[in-house]
Amino acid sequence: MLPRRKIDMPVTVYIPTPFRKLAGNQTYIKTEGDTVGQVLDTLGAEYPGLRHMIYDEKDQIPGHINIYVNNQEINSLQGKDTPVKDGDELAVIPAIAGGSDDAEDDRPRVGALTPEQVDRYSRHIIMPQVGPVGQRKLMESKVLIVGAGGLGGPVALYLALAGVGTIGIVEFDTVDLSNLQRQVLHQNNDVGKPKAVSARETINAYNPDVRVVLHESPLTSDNAMEIIPQYDIVVNGADNFTTRYLVNDAAYFAKKVLIDGAILLFDGQATVYVPGQGCYRCLFPAPPPPGMVPSCAEAGVLGALTGIMGSIQATETIKVILGVGEPLVNRLLMVDALSMEFRTVKLRRDPACPLCGDNPSIEGLIDYEGFCGSPFPGHGVEGALS
Amino acid sequence: MAIDVRVTANMQKHLGGAKSVAAEGANVRELLADIDAKFPGFHDMVMTEGEIHRFVNIYLNDEDIRFLDKLETQLKDGDTVSILPALAGGS
Repeated sequence: MLPRRKIDMPVTVYIPTPFRKLAGNQTYIKTEGDTVGQVLDTLGAEYPGLRHMIYDEKDQIPGHINIYVNNQEINSLQGKDTPVKDGDELAVIPAIAGGSDDAEDDRPRVGALTPEQVDRYSRHIIMPQVGPVGQRKLMESKVLIVGAGGLGGPVALYLALAGVGTIGIVEFDTVDLSNLQRQVLHQNNDVGKPKAVSARETINAYNPDVRVVLHESPLTSDNAMEIIPQYDIVVNGADNFTTRYLVNDAAYFAKKVLIDGAILLFDGQATVYVPGQGCYRCLFPAPPPPGMVPSCAEAGVLGALTGIMGSIQATETIKVILGVGEPLVNRLLMVDALSMEFRTVKLRRDPACPLCGDNPSIEGLIDYEGFCGSPFPGHGVEGALS
Repeated sequence: MAIDVRVTANMQKHLGGAKSVAAEGANVRELLADIDAKFPGFHDMVMTEGEIHRFVNIYLNDEDIRFLDKLETQLKDGDTVSILPALAGGS
């Protein structure tokens, strides 16, 4: 049994204006606790009105309240179990009123940027296309990345650096030595570790403000409509056709913009699907039979090309969040790294598309197992799909 | 009637190794037949039962031939045709 500490850590809690009348009109309150949860409990015991604001009826911190320890949001630390020490400062920051009227929306609300955030994001903020308003849009946005590999890596890194508030990662694989030729989220020491865990560590090492949500199982027709609707935008870094058709269909049904990218050898493709304006099935109505188009594991892929294509996907994601420029909607970008030629061709919604056409025949997610004649990801032979 | 036909890196190894192939034809169907005559086996990479594979797209300049006249799409000297199979790599 560990010796019980006699003195709890004295910490300071910052109380924002709207809550001050519930806390004796104090701006700063000195209180005690070893963890964030203990500090909040001590505080709540003393100021029941404040407790009512910090905890909901299930004793959970509601989504519109963010708790910071020394300017770091606790969801990026250990939540209520985050340890605090002498001299730490906690801040209880409620969402700014206005904006979404959806009471169920647990989107992290961003108030005024802290001085540290202004500094961190200054190269974006000084751009008129971003500015403080755009930066807050990035910080409030929720992006799902399917795959934490070659494409998902640079996507996750650049979105994290840009301050995207919530990044979801769908990944069930573990880091293999052969991944390190291109997958920038993972390093030598990560071999054997779950890729999702390795991804979160890298992302938070770059930017601890990012909330990383892990979905550590294969995307399936069972879970896709639970996961995808939680996000604003979906980025596709899947490594097989089965998942690509599933992501396409689920993003369409959930009415989410899909930022698509694919790579093989020296070739890359990228496009942006806006629901109702064409989809992956409009572009390629059916997957190839097994063996007709090799996978990266079979044919190879230039590592640096994943950086190009992933960065393009990150760029398109940021443009869509900010609402600036002309994303690759109704255009397919083809990159040939050997000749270093970038070309775009037109991509149209196909009126005969079985998903988004005039008379759609697909009305729900298909059970994709064996859809491409290949084993289902997660159940197949390692290497056959990745 | 020389048409520049662009192919992906994965197809290049079957077509002489260059990023494009020079071929001839008044329309896309003739063009593909001309390539197949030069590089036997090409036909099966792109077509099945007289139709283009559903996982392969062919573009005349920047337009998908499915939205033109498909295999009967007319070609003229100096056109660029691109053949693009679906890629699934991401990891």
